[in-house]
Amino acid sequence: MPEPAASPCGAGETSRVMILARRAPHGASHAREALEVALAAGGYELELTLAFVDDGVWQLVRGQDTSATGTPGFAATWRALPDFGVGEIYVEQESLAARGLDAAELVVAARCLPAARLREIMQRQHWLLSF
Amino acid sequence: MRIGVVVTSAPGSRQGAHSAWNFVRAALARGHRVERVFFYQDGVHNGSRLGVMPADETDLPAHWSALAAERGIDLVLCVTSAQRRGVLDADEARRAGKDAHNIADGFRIGGLGQLVEMGHRCDRVVTFGA
Repeated sequence: MPEPAASPCGAGETSRVMILARRAPHGASHAREALEVALAAGGYELELTLAFVDDGVWQLVRGQDTSATGTPGFAATWRALPDFGVGEIYVEQESLAARGLDAAELVVAARCLPAARLREIMQRQHWLLSF
Repeated sequence: MRIGVVVTSAPGSRQGAHSAWNFVRAALARGHRVERVFFYQDGVHNGSRLGVMPADETDLPAHWSALAAERGIDLVLCVTSAQRRGVLDADEARRAGKDAHNIADGFRIGGLGQLVEMGHRCDRVVTFGA
């Protein structure tokens, strides 16, 4: 296979990284561990964004109570992400609509975009981390 | 091409870990450079040497260890994920006051910084989850 014409991250260019949250917040550790990556990665020289799609949109819904699950609640921590160097937070419009959710019910001020627009943004990333 | 691999699934539970191992071998066979395999979430179970596999199943931790020995691939377990799931090296076991450690040969414990740095250095980062 030939070498790529250029490394996706050119010299001096900041890496564009997107964390993609696709699963419901509870029942498995994906959401919590995606959040941990976001918090850790925010400390590095990256252009870091988050996108919530499919059941991942549930992660941002207000008023979650994890007291019966044996796990700490972490939904409110998403709100702190801008302080940790995370840039834009995107939510896919279709995913919200399919679940009867509204952007006003979310714990963060996220940018709601249609899937086609989000796809374009994904294509501009150097790498995607999907959870 | 410089390739970084992320593995988030455990051997014996999901196909992802085995697919990652196949992918790494295929990439090497094609002359690519695999800079690092970063194990996160349940993927850290790939680095435990105490799993005992039925004879007809692949002993993935042993296969990763062999790959590290033969090809010098850097196999890094995320420390937070590994602590939660009981995959410890001697230092971590001592620090946490545990009576045993179980990290397989060729693996080391690292942090998310190694994931970010891998992304910087590689032309492609490929994640194996499900």
